[in-house]
Amino acid sequence: MKCRVCGDKASINLRAYNTALCEKDFIGFLEKRVASIIEDYKLLSVNDRPIVAISGGKDSLSLWYMLNKIGYACDGVYIDLDIEGYSRTSLEKVKYMADRVKKKVYVFSLNKFIQKGIDGLARTMRRPPCSACGMIKRYVMNRVCIEKGYTVLATGHNLDDEASALLGNILFWKESYLWKKSISLPGDKDHLVKKVKPLFLCSEREMAAYAVLNGIDYIYEECPFSGDAKTITYKRMLNTIEEESPGMKIQFIKGYLKKVKDVEKTNHYCIRCGYPASGDLCGVCRIFKKLGIEKNIIFEEYSPIPLDSERREVT
Amino acid sequence: MKVHVDDKVYEFNKAMAVSRLLQELSLSKEAHLVLVNNRLVTEDHRLSVNDEVKVIRVISGG
Repeated sequence: MKCRVCGDKASINLRAYNTALCEKDFIGFLEKRVASIIEDYKLLSVNDRPIVAISGGKDSLSLWYMLNKIGYACDGVYIDLDIEGYSRTSLEKVKYMADRVKKKVYVFSLNKFIQKGIDGLARTMRRPPCSACGMIKRYVMNRVCIEKGYTVLATGHNLDDEASALLGNILFWKESYLWKKSISLPGDKDHLVKKVKPLFLCSEREMAAYAVLNGIDYIYEECPFSGDAKTITYKRMLNTIEEESPGMKIQFIKGYLKKVKDVEKTNHYCIRCGYPASGDLCGVCRIFKKLGIEKNIIFEEYSPIPLDSERREVT
Repeated sequence: MKVHVDDKVYEFNKAMAVSRLLQELSLSKEAHLVLVNNRLVTEDHRLSVNDEVKVIRVISGG
């Protein structure tokens, strides 16, 4: 198979686009695609101060690397959930990338803050670890933006993440979640930061290839709590269909984007932290209160030296 | 050829295309990438018996 651009031997076949590309042209293709998605969907503007939510996986590390490379200087935020044999390795990969892109990363350590890891917190909340994880991540990532002055939070959700979540919501007709997914969720003054997903239309396979070709050292192992996640089953099913009908996942998500409705804004906020809430306290403040925690969230900062906050390109 | 898939190693003693290898291992080409001697290759790439092959799972859950 030959590269459609230069005619050299291709490294990756992109069936959804009916094309094949060599290493160099694939990297250029994906970066241009993300840049045009950011522009077309108005995800970031020149006045924004974005930050990337980083897990140590291929998508978030690649997004952090790519955004800095294509001209969107951004720092990162990492949440250490104290998962044995997983969180420490993830953090090492995140720090390694911070050194590479020469950007700051804020680290929130759950155990240092509440003296429990995510499994302990999940038991306290009587929820599955994945549910507790989602809640604490959404909260902490919003907090770092509000406290440190970042205007947009970018996450590494890819096409397969979104398509599988959408399939799950349709299969079980979760109406309350079904129309809340979007490539961009608006912020709400000092309460909620704008959230964007620049990789929304990039497949998981494309993102893994991008990480491999750029030598991005990501955590390959699965989170030990995701073993029975339905997400993986949905992704496998969607990929079976994608093999028969290339481009199906993109059509599925693009069709959804045309139908998605605006999220209803709340006008009710947590009296303790200002986060949107259904009662007096938001879910996280209720848990912190139950645990007797009164202090504010503390972020540690990891800054590579020398740090150049205006740097626009990475090598 | 030696084929590494996660923490397992498989041995194949015949040349074949990458697509055939994925079929033999019952792996989806949408959900896997194949590196041959550390280079990413397409499914029509012909593998030789001396190749060092690594299959990368691209799906993650959670």
